[in-house]
Amino acid sequence: MRKLTFSIGGVHPDDAKLSKDCTIEALPLPQTVYVSVAQHLGAPAVPTVAVGDKVKVGQVIAEPGGFISAFVHSPVSGTVKSIAPRADLAGKPVAHIEIAVEGDEWAEGIDLSDTLVTEIPTDKAATLEKIKQCGIVGLGGATFPTHVKLNPAPGSKAECLIINGAECEPYLTSDYRIMLERTKEIIVGAAIMQQVLGGCRCVIGIEENKPEAIKAMREALAQLPYDNIKVQPLKKRYPQGGEKQLIDAVMKRQVGSGGLPISVGAVVQNAATSLAVYEAVQKNKPLITNVLTVTGDCLPVEKQHNYLFRIGVPLSFIAEYAGGVPEGAAKIISGGPMMGRAISNMEATTVKGSSSILYLSEAATKRGPESNCIRCGRCADACPMGLEPFLLRRLTLAGDLEGLEANAMQDCIECGCCLYSCPAGIPLLDLLRQSKNQVLGAIRARAAAAKAAAEAAKKE
Amino acid sequence: MTGIIWTIAVLAGLGLLLALLLFVLARKFRVEEDPRIDEVEKVMPGANCGGCGFAGCRAFADSAVKAPNLDNHYCPVGGNDVMKQVAAILGFEVKEKAPEVAVVRCNGTCANRPRTNTYDGVQSCKVKAALYAGDTACAFGCLGCGDCAAACQFGALSMDPETGLPVVDESKCTACGACVKACPKAIIELRPKGPRGMKVYVSCVNKDKGPVAKKACAAACIGCGICAKTCTHDAIVVENNIAYIDASKCKLCRECEAMCPTGSIIGLNFPKPLDKETIKARIAERNKKAKEAANA
Amino acid sequence: MAGKMLVSPSPHIHAAVSTRSLMLDVVIALLPATIVAVLFYGWSELLVLGVSIASCVLLEWAITRWLMKKPSTVGDLSAVVTGLLLALNLPVTTPWWVVLIGAVVAIGIAKMSFGGIGQNVFNPAITARVFLLVSFPAQMTDWTVPAGFIHSTDAVSGATLLGRYAEGGVDAIAGTDYLQTLFLNIGGSAGEISAIALLIGFVYLLIRRVVKPWITLSIFGTVALTSLIFWLADPAQFSDPVFNLLTGGLILGACFMATDYVTSPMSNWGGVIYGVGIGFLVMMIRYFGSYPEGVSFAILIMNMTVPLLNNWFHQKKYGRA
Repeated sequence: MRKLTFSIGGVHPDDAKLSKDCTIEALPLPQTVYVSVAQHLGAPAVPTVAVGDKVKVGQVIAEPGGFISAFVHSPVSGTVKSIAPRADLAGKPVAHIEIAVEGDEWAEGIDLSDTLVTEIPTDKAATLEKIKQCGIVGLGGATFPTHVKLNPAPGSKAECLIINGAECEPYLTSDYRIMLERTKEIIVGAAIMQQVLGGCRCVIGIEENKPEAIKAMREALAQLPYDNIKVQPLKKRYPQGGEKQLIDAVMKRQVGSGGLPISVGAVVQNAATSLAVYEAVQKNKPLITNVLTVTGDCLPVEKQHNYLFRIGVPLSFIAEYAGGVPEGAAKIISGGPMMGRAISNMEATTVKGSSSILYLSEAATKRGPESNCIRCGRCADACPMGLEPFLLRRLTLAGDLEGLEANAMQDCIECGCCLYSCPAGIPLLDLLRQSKNQVLGAIRARAAAAKAAAEAAKKE
Repeated sequence: MTGIIWTIAVLAGLGLLLALLLFVLARKFRVEEDPRIDEVEKVMPGANCGGCGFAGCRAFADSAVKAPNLDNHYCPVGGNDVMKQVAAILGFEVKEKAPEVAVVRCNGTCANRPRTNTYDGVQSCKVKAALYAGDTACAFGCLGCGDCAAACQFGALSMDPETGLPVVDESKCTACGACVKACPKAIIELRPKGPRGMKVYVSCVNKDKGPVAKKACAAACIGCGICAKTCTHDAIVVENNIAYIDASKCKLCRECEAMCPTGSIIGLNFPKPLDKETIKARIAERNKKAKEAANA
Repeated sequence: MAGKMLVSPSPHIHAAVSTRSLMLDVVIALLPATIVAVLFYGWSELLVLGVSIASCVLLEWAITRWLMKKPSTVGDLSAVVTGLLLALNLPVTTPWWVVLIGAVVAIGIAKMSFGGIGQNVFNPAITARVFLLVSFPAQMTDWTVPAGFIHSTDAVSGATLLGRYAEGGVDAIAGTDYLQTLFLNIGGSAGEISAIALLIGFVYLLIRRVVKPWITLSIFGTVALTSLIFWLADPAQFSDPVFNLLTGGLILGACFMATDYVTSPMSNWGGVIYGVGIGFLVMMIRYFGSYPEGVSFAILIMNMTVPLLNNWFHQKKYGRA
């Protein structure tokens, strides 16, 4: 089959999937876990337990704090020790629920067996409610609550569900491993979401550098009773797994500026989310585990791992268990090298969307000295949104907010291609991220003012 | 010869024609303005720094002319002198303001506050603050990228390479407030200049609990409250683990400065260095007397 | 965790290109033409090359060090590229002091006075060449051929093909062997000696993705089309397209000078318009101008339009019409 790809920009970093052959291992439990209440996009969850409460694995410990928010469940059984602010990945204080681990007793009603349940429930509302109750969020990076995404506003109709198995970030292999080891579960999860969305077609997009995953998915599909689901190989090109790029590649449609994927009939869900949906709907298991890659260019292959972890485990515990921080590491990253966050605080804990602990050597990550822009235009060629970072930088330095908006600063997806490709070492994205937020703020303020004016006019 | 004459004639004719055009256009598009705007603008400092809250000196003048009084118009750069002149032109009363100056409320020098990681991004406090808590264990202190120094139009702020902190040149500072806006950590404060520049302030904004703050930085305010207890002028409040000195009540006795266990209270521009022992003895004496009085 | 761990915003990895690696690629791409020039022009050419490159690099170093008081930028090799291009744009007979003046104009005036690499409006090497051409017309059109390391029977001292055409029209260039011109064209600026050597270098740049082909192709296309129209209209007066493509500094200019990042448009369509402008101006100067050759003038004139072209042509944006 022809390999598809997106139409604008993109870069080709070395994919460095060093840990691709490491099978998923279950991580042991630490003595204490710290569960963040802000593990998703939107309002933080509100704790529903008090200090001293006994909790079981899978029991709700925090409920949604708004429409766009999610339930949080206890990843362990034990006693709630405290509910207090604790430094997150960036060292900023976020409320965490501290639980002392006592045994491993699961809440009732959770099916822990391995049997594959292929029969799909027909009650859409009940399925959506289950997804919500189990605290499922998008695991591709943005951690957007899945039940909201699967319930498009009235009037919009999903035409295509895209399961994102691109895993275009270098080094990361967690999606690859689950696609190999939990192939059928992912497909059942996709079929469930397909059914919720009203039976649209479903495409599982996988980059060509994972031929084993493409093969496994195809074989599993042939054995399962679902139709209208197909596997689509994609070219290896970053950011193939970006939502907007994936829609462009698979559907040949582009989402308008500021628009949602559903406006072109697309719903994109990550392969790991699909697995979480399967476990929630078929097994009643809330989202308290995920798979994380421990990898890096300065880590010997035998020390690389793919772990099944529980949320709330301190990163330092995982790093210790995996053999400690390697000698040559100059930067520790949570997530991929293109969009992940540099970790300044190893005491931070895993969250639903954690995907890796990545150790990069100084040679791989240290930025070179900045020099003059030579106007080579590589940043503009690399930008998958067709923006011109060199121009946006000039406008940023001039403080020209209108110019930034006219040149589509707000469309930036922060993929990092501009900074990655700049030969002069100019920190383009560092600056543009600020400008983007400024422009978005101005657009929101304008919309709010317009809304207020309209309402005032209505009253008169 | 005719060539020269023709050239001169053509150029002169062209000049005349264009002059006429300019004259007509200037007449046609003339905008009537209150002449006082020009007068006010003339006495303004002309820095166009925006410290007054307007886009520039002209915008300030334009607004001041239309305003019913000068309550909402104050040029921090020109200070009372300029405001008196503006008031004279417009026939208003002027309220004098105590001159202010910027102070940097962080003493987290490289020596006081050990680095816990190395920042490798663009040198911008705004970007750094958005990314994470900073390259020290203190999540509140100066990030050291110099956004404030870059924002200062008067050359009054510079980064000290030794300490990594900004330094205010009080003789150049006009209290326009550009640095206050530029600092994402709200470390810089405009405080009254004080008599002969003397002032006492808490040079820390760390809201962490004492032990945490102390661990992060040797010069942190740990919120112990000794200063508030010492102060006989009721000028110090401790809130959120951080002390704050109200400049309007402070009598510059420097007792709090002497008593502060971490040295986070700083006195500026005093003629003599702080004599800790004498002040401490004085306070001890006073406390003893108070105790005796209470017992009696 | 040690205090040495790095923290920065994403992305955390960087492509293995730098200004220096790009400039090095340009130097490598110019090597075939340079080697051919040295082989056929001998020690004199080595002297021009040496003086040009050395003075460009030294000047940039001195200006950054003492005038701008900034870290030196010679490490990015852009001064080497400028020096090399300047040398290849001069006749081999150029006296060393004229070369030196050219380097001062290129680096001192055209490049550093605008703020150094990336800031200049005009291509430094071309600015210098044009400056020398109008200031030292005698030295700059002395096409005497010195003895090279390889002796060529084709070595004829005298006017260039374009010079002969400007003097004597189509008759003066009748019987030119185009295949010969493609491989070896003694006389003219040093870099023009072998079209094929220049094209090999350009293909290298394309393969390494240092430059995009659009500007160069649009120059060649416009030159071919314009001269075709004129030649068809009156072959007795106007030279033919193949002659115009192969002679003079067109290939050197179109492949290496017009594609200079700094002084060419950022967008592909802007580049095409820029190329069309250069091609058209070259032909107008060759056919109707008083100079036999117009590539340098054409590029300088079109350099001025670059900011405008950058304003007019933008990248195609995702999800926007």
